[in-house]
Amino acid sequence: MRYVDKTVVGLSIAFVVLLFADFFMAEWMRFIGLQSLARGAVALGLLVLWRTGLVSFGHALYFGIGAYAAAMLTLVGYHDAFFLVLAGTLASGLLAFLLGFLLRRYRAIFFALLNMAFSMILYGVIVKTEELGSTDGFSVLTPTFLGYAPQGEAVQTTLFLFTLVFTYIVTVGVHLYLKTTLGGMSMAVRENEIRVEYLGYSAEKVIHVKYVFSGLVAGFGGAIMALAIGQVDPDSMANWNVSGEFVFITILSGIGNVGATYIGALVFELIRTYAFEYAPQVWQFILGGSLLAIIMFLPDGIWSLIDRLRKSEG
Amino acid sequence: MTVVLEVRDLQKTFGAVVAAKDINVTVNEHEIIGIIGANGAGKTTFVNMVTGYLKPTSGHIEFAGRNIMGLPPRDITNLGISRSFQVPQVFTSESVFDNLQMAYAITEASGMGLLSPLYNDERAARVDSHLKRYQIAEYRNATASTLPQGVRKLLDIAMAAVSNPTILMLDEPTSGISVEEKFGLMDIIMEALRQDETTVLFIEHDMEIVERYVSRVLAFYQGEIICDAPTAEALVDSGVREFVIGEEYHRTRTEAANGQSNGQEGDDNA
Repeated sequence: MRYVDKTVVGLSIAFVVLLFADFFMAEWMRFIGLQSLARGAVALGLLVLWRTGLVSFGHALYFGIGAYAAAMLTLVGYHDAFFLVLAGTLASGLLAFLLGFLLRRYRAIFFALLNMAFSMILYGVIVKTEELGSTDGFSVLTPTFLGYAPQGEAVQTTLFLFTLVFTYIVTVGVHLYLKTTLGGMSMAVRENEIRVEYLGYSAEKVIHVKYVFSGLVAGFGGAIMALAIGQVDPDSMANWNVSGEFVFITILSGIGNVGATYIGALVFELIRTYAFEYAPQVWQFILGGSLLAIIMFLPDGIWSLIDRLRKSEG
Repeated sequence: MTVVLEVRDLQKTFGAVVAAKDINVTVNEHEIIGIIGANGAGKTTFVNMVTGYLKPTSGHIEFAGRNIMGLPPRDITNLGISRSFQVPQVFTSESVFDNLQMAYAITEASGMGLLSPLYNDERAARVDSHLKRYQIAEYRNATASTLPQGVRKLLDIAMAAVSNPTILMLDEPTSGISVEEKFGLMDIIMEALRQDETTVLFIEHDMEIVERYVSRVLAFYQGEIICDAPTAEALVDSGVREFVIGEEYHRTRTEAANGQSNGQEGDDNA
């Protein structure tokens, strides 16, 4: 092939590097890495919506469904990570498909807040359900991997490997998808829905597809998060401030490249971890300040730094 | 002559306002029809109803022997009626090339084809030849929002023509265009559409344009068609002169009949 896709090459390099790094990383690094991959996946879904001109303030809904679906299956005796993550992903995708029939009719702030409303319904249901541990949540047992049952540190190592492989597949898939006609129609719908209709395609259908897609990857991220933390609870899985974090990460990353969402998620994770550790009184202040700085100095996100570097070189 | 579009007893009311009343039109293949009338006469309402943007209150619209009443614009577009807009509807922050590439992609792809790459060399070649036919190739890489009005109009019409429709309805193709540019613009559009053998209906306020490009005129007044006749006949019709052209201010009957002109028309704001 004459044409080499730089993004695919970049993602592949990052994949291989992280694959090897998995065996040398300190435990806390792997933990942050896992969380970044999980949150980055949700931000990837938001990126797809964002390019279509839509922002959701409620994707904790799909994150939460993915996490709880995976966690609940462990309660009834399923422990295989492949099955749990697949089930979490599909459960969220199914919900997104159903809610999509309503949400595809809304735009702008109505779309954003309607998503939040649905996510808070889930939050309310979880909090009221004693069987699911209410506000305390419940712990998720250690998963197995196609019969392999790792112990000790090997659990996280294997989970990281597992997550890495699927995240790589999903991310390359999304990147290639964005280059298809259907993927490219994000632009068309964002710019001019009337024209899309008069070219003979339904703008709402385009939005619905994007929405289901964002639900699937958010569910994937949620299921991974449940396994990584070994615990699900409504406040860190389904509350509206979790949705806010995903939007935060998306702004941080910018929507220029699929890989950026993971960098954004990692930066977010690091800022939060260190701010919380070194300035426990004012860590939210630091988080807010960094968001402000990004919006003021890098309105197109971290990815625009790379574009700037490229421009100054060439 | 083959009838491609038949509109019968079309009505549209918005509350107490009658926007269209007793509209009866038969359009034959390859006709070039001008739609004239003062602002608010119901011209755009007519186009909006035929293309599915507005649902008529009652009546029948038949296209190629098929009832298209109540279908959404996308279905009507896919059946073969396209339109352009008075205010160009383009993908503003994208390049001219990307605008047309997307128009081709949406027109050409369906089903699983939507998952094939947006860009391919054959499609790019089609886009480039389309750009040449509409004489906007020099703006290929310019962002749509930076285009001069005339070029943006051409882009809008070029996008509508991508699907090679049976009927193309143009909503005021020359509005907002300077007097010197109008004929050049219309020459480009009409030549391209003539090659495609497209049936054209266009809304126009400038009677000079109507006289030059149109074989038949539909004159609207207060939601009704007050005259449906060959151009020369329509422009001397007393109703048209009174309600559309505005006789007392402008040229005489003979001048209009001879196809000459001496300036501005009744509701042309230029």
